[in-house]
Amino acid sequence: MIEQNKDEGAPGPRKMHRRTLLGGMATAAVVLAQTANGKTFQAGVTRSELVYPEDPTKVPGVPPGTVGTRSPHVKLAKLPSETSSRTPLQDLFGTITPSDLHFERHHNGVPAIDPAQYELVIHGMVARPMTFTLADLKRFPSVSRICFLECSGNYRSQDDGKIAPQQICGLTSQSEWTGVKLSTLFREVGVDPKSTWFLAEGGDSAVMTRSILTSKGWEDAILAYAQNGEAVRPEQGYPVRLLLPGWEGNANVKWLRRLELSDQPYHTRQETSKYTEAIGDGKVRQFSFVMDARSIITYPAYPAKVEKGWIEIRGIAWSGRGKIARVEVSVDAGKTWQPAELQEPVLDKAHVAFRYLWQWNGQPTEIMSRAIDETGYSQPTLKELMAARGGNMGYHLNPITAWYLQSDGQVLFKAT
Amino acid sequence: MWKNYLRIVLLTGLVGSVCFISPGSFSLPIHPARPDSLNWPKTFGFGKPAAAQQIARLDTDVRPDGKGLPSGSGTARRGKTIYAAKCASCHGATGVEGPNDQLVIVQGLTDPATKAKNKVIGNYWPYATTVFDYIKRAMPFNQPGSLTNQEVYSLTAFLLHANGLIKETDIINAQTLPKVLMPNRDSFVPDDRLNTPAVR
Repeated sequence: MIEQNKDEGAPGPRKMHRRTLLGGMATAAVVLAQTANGKTFQAGVTRSELVYPEDPTKVPGVPPGTVGTRSPHVKLAKLPSETSSRTPLQDLFGTITPSDLHFERHHNGVPAIDPAQYELVIHGMVARPMTFTLADLKRFPSVSRICFLECSGNYRSQDDGKIAPQQICGLTSQSEWTGVKLSTLFREVGVDPKSTWFLAEGGDSAVMTRSILTSKGWEDAILAYAQNGEAVRPEQGYPVRLLLPGWEGNANVKWLRRLELSDQPYHTRQETSKYTEAIGDGKVRQFSFVMDARSIITYPAYPAKVEKGWIEIRGIAWSGRGKIARVEVSVDAGKTWQPAELQEPVLDKAHVAFRYLWQWNGQPTEIMSRAIDETGYSQPTLKELMAARGGNMGYHLNPITAWYLQSDGQVLFKAT
Repeated sequence: MWKNYLRIVLLTGLVGSVCFISPGSFSLPIHPARPDSLNWPKTFGFGKPAAAQQIARLDTDVRPDGKGLPSGSGTARRGKTIYAAKCASCHGATGVEGPNDQLVIVQGLTDPATKAKNKVIGNYWPYATTVFDYIKRAMPFNQPGSLTNQEVYSLTAFLLHANGLIKETDIINAQTLPKVLMPNRDSFVPDDRLNTPAVR
């Protein structure tokens, strides 16, 4: 108890010296800052309210805080609609999506789940139907992996070209996920070898359900309770979500409360009336889980305006089938293609960053990228995709995205 | 694995042409014992046995074969009243007006954009059981999970009748619902992309 008091600012004799010193430094910072902007700082020192001194080397800075903040100069935001919220791909660097910018898609809002009350039930074709608390799940051998998560309804276009990567395909994000392998739990409950499918059910008010191949559970599925080093965010399924590397986002059921092992799919509303796609000849593709290879140039991209001269073309590429083998860039509207440089490490079923150094002569042109994965699959144009599917659009559209550079440097989207 | 899937697909009549797909072209292996778990104990002993009541409280899902359908029954006539009170404000007076998802088929459309949206229970959904399952778990949107089994059966009957799939006087229950034939059922085919790098 004494130790606790010390930390709350009533230090005992032994810690007095250090605490007082820290307190003194903090106070000094606030007092000095008050001279420049007293009112703001009395309300509480936050970095976003900082007014910049003429010379930051001449005044002490803000003392250590409990939670970090973005620079007030950095405005990063998802783009919400009624049903989803999109990651600002054009504003990000590298391949990890900050957790608060991970895209959202849910079917009746984000539920408030008390982690102390949380339970996961596994039943059906198992030897031992079991329930696991959050603490139980965290006791099992754990695993972490970096992979993308993408909604299969992730393509938008706009005729005037004034559309950013965020709107075109902002329903893809990447995190390091940590949790317990589903195979570990399958083993624990004794899954019947005859089980071929399982139902995954969420604890949101849509009580979202999807049928998943049991083989995916044995292969690489994870019950994730952490994302980028901290607990999974509520929008991403707190406290526990299903993670199926490379598979369409909708199947990665969030707020996971139940798994029922079965020997046939359930044909839930999501996997019949929604996440299915017409492919011509009156046929509709169902259980198309895997996300095909895709890439997009995120710079230069609308709304950017560029100058002629050296431009590092940057983007991301990914495939649900495996690793990206290479990315090719065209700066002449698809007539010729050159290999882009891939940033290591190139991970399985993960966003990889690519770049291509280019000298623009200022003449209007189109630039575009295409991803080729380790299975040999090459990202198609929209025309090729639609031709392969009897002229239909719908889920699982992964077309090459072109950017038109006008002579004034304005970059505009162009469908392929 | 895929052999099983294909067998299931054939048994449920999902698609006849699937037998032209070579089972050998799929590679989704089962890993009952992973190398990294060979020295693990048989079980870790974490968690506790699930009580039958707890499972029963959560396990409301319904399969196409009817497994999971509760007792009770409904008719389109009874469903009509419930629909007007609890569903029409979102789905429209007759299930086509919206503002939210269209539920009932519109015949004779010519405009391609309108036709593309006309993918509803009567001409798209492959199984009638899904209607019951979904209404029961997620509807009405502002009061999900509030309907009784009788109400859900009646709403299911109302929607199936409005889509021209059953008669107004048909009784919908655990025995009759799985037998309702959905016109689009044979259109659904499994994923054919993964055995080739070709664009599909």
